[in-house]
Amino acid sequence: MNGVMKSSLILRTMAPLVLWLALPVSIIVLIQGHNNPGGGFVGGLVAAAGVIFYALGRGPEAARVIMRVPPATLCGAGILLAALSGLPALLDPSAAFLTHLWWMTDYGLGTALIFDIGVYLTVVGTATAIFLALIRG
Amino acid sequence: MQLLLIAPLLIPLCAAGITAIFWSRPDIQRPIGLAAACLLLGSSVALLSAAWAIGPLVGQMGGWRAPFGITIIIDVFSAIMLVITGLMAVAVAIYAMGPGAVERDKAGFQPLFHSLILGVAGAFSTGDIFNLYVWFEVMLIASFGLLVLDRTREQIDGGLRYVMLNLVGTIFFLMGVGLLYGLTGTLNLADIARLAPEIENQGALAAVGVLLLIAFGAKAAVFPIFNWLPAAYHTASMPVAAIFAALLTKVGVYAIIRVFTLIFAHDTAFFGPIIGVIAMATMVTGVFGAASHYDVRRILSFHIISQIGYMLVGIALMTPLAIAGSVFYVVHHIIVKANLFLIAGVIREEGGFFGLRRLGGLWVTKPLLGLLFLIPALSLAGLPPLSGFWGKFAVIRAGLEAEAYILAGVALSVGLLTLFSMIKIWNEAFWKAAPVAPTGTVKGDEPPATRWTRRERAASYVPIMALAALTLTIGLWTEPFAALSMAAAEGLLDRQGYIEAVLGTPQLAELTGGVE
Repeated sequence: MNGVMKSSLILRTMAPLVLWLALPVSIIVLIQGHNNPGGGFVGGLVAAAGVIFYALGRGPEAARVIMRVPPATLCGAGILLAALSGLPALLDPSAAFLTHLWWMTDYGLGTALIFDIGVYLTVVGTATAIFLALIRG
Repeated sequence: MQLLLIAPLLIPLCAAGITAIFWSRPDIQRPIGLAAACLLLGSSVALLSAAWAIGPLVGQMGGWRAPFGITIIIDVFSAIMLVITGLMAVAVAIYAMGPGAVERDKAGFQPLFHSLILGVAGAFSTGDIFNLYVWFEVMLIASFGLLVLDRTREQIDGGLRYVMLNLVGTIFFLMGVGLLYGLTGTLNLADIARLAPEIENQGALAAVGVLLLIAFGAKAAVFPIFNWLPAAYHTASMPVAAIFAALLTKVGVYAIIRVFTLIFAHDTAFFGPIIGVIAMATMVTGVFGAASHYDVRRILSFHIISQIGYMLVGIALMTPLAIAGSVFYVVHHIIVKANLFLIAGVIREEGGFFGLRRLGGLWVTKPLLGLLFLIPALSLAGLPPLSGFWGKFAVIRAGLEAEAYILAGVALSVGLLTLFSMIKIWNEAFWKAAPVAPTGTVKGDEPPATRWTRRERAASYVPIMALAALTLTIGLWTEPFAALSMAAAEGLLDRQGYIEAVLGTPQLAELTGGVE
């Protein structure tokens, strides 16, 4: 009873296409997030949906291979990145933790984006970890 | 200062992140975990000395001014709780290198452990009631993961009960916070405290108090919502059970103390008797539950409940001495109870079982363990000159001074029954002759499969000895600890000081003009 046996030819063929569609969309959603609908959480879910679709079509093992790093590692890296994004603010002694700094306001480049990338990675890691564990049995 | 203020949150968060990155490398995880625990302890001690010297330390996250942003505030009470959290993190991080470390680390013990510490530290340092809810959730998720680490049927059964009852508590919490927001229009604890006495509809505020009491009571395992605790704790692996016993219920107690001194302090006539009755019922049910059991882990679990009752006495009486007694009691209890759980793990390694009927003769073979057991056990029962005596002394004296004679009487007699339970463990596990080759197996109480190595033995004994030494120190050299507790109590009763520390005096005037 694994994903590979059950999935249809259509699903198997579409799996990588959907994944490669989901990933760029997730990045766009991530980047436009600060002032428009979207952000790290939503973007992470879109990316995770792509990976999960891939796992449904090609099986969880194939999904693990294509992810290259274990989901827990992604999750940990995300948490670390989000936590560290608050630190540059402390270079200014009067500022509080997580006070956002902007480098290029027009492009939304700042510590807020780093924080959002952290959220993105955490969501991708957590969602895929849960899903891959569930379809294993 | 800003960095130090958030260090108790940043350190476990980073530790959880780094250990998760090295998910399949326990050899890297362990030193990082231990280093993070030591750093946490160090930064908490620095925070305590700063809070002691200059009063509550406040930071507004992201630079958003209170009451709109999230406030982190560490006063003496918070700092004491953070220090004790750091201490427990170090002790359990060392103990977790003992027997079963490999399996635990493979199942993700380290990231979950640090997430739990993060949730606890967050709950102790936040100044925002919704943020407190978030930290409760962080704690709940991490503790569920830790509880089912071995993935046995018993653990999942206990874990489900634990999560279900805690979720019910969480729903009450959310309802209370929603109502409170409707009444005051703010979630910042200091701002709520400022507005609470002026609210017209005091009945609704009392309803919020009851909802929050149920919510925090469920976390603290008070009567009658304590069932999840004995259902879950005895299934967990020993380092996990120890950190749970030390910290989880105490976060509930902390929340009760914080919220009821801050928001409902003007309404003690209503809440005092309710909390007093709950405290008595909690003490009595816990201690009777413990008396009826013969598994070390279950006895200890029920004693957590019983002891929570003592901590509530302070809030029931609301006098400086009573609150100082509660604070002292929390600190003493965390050290002693965690140590007893650590010792229970060693009893099983040395004697083979958790069940008292099948243990015996350990005093002959392991006199050191017997001695190490007696220190926290007698301290828990409240024998002088150990730490528990001073805790009980303060609480009972406060009860007598406030003329709450029934409360004081119950507290005294429960102490006696606690002694009975501890002596039972002593008699059965250490004193009586070892039973001839125990036959049959009890589900959930199989002897360890392999003998522990020398290294694992050292990892188990070192934290036990350190905590026992600390219990003795608090007992024999009580003054500084009593002074700290008094300072914490004064800080808790100084509502105006807390409010001004967060909102600032000029801001206060400006805001009162803006609120109708």
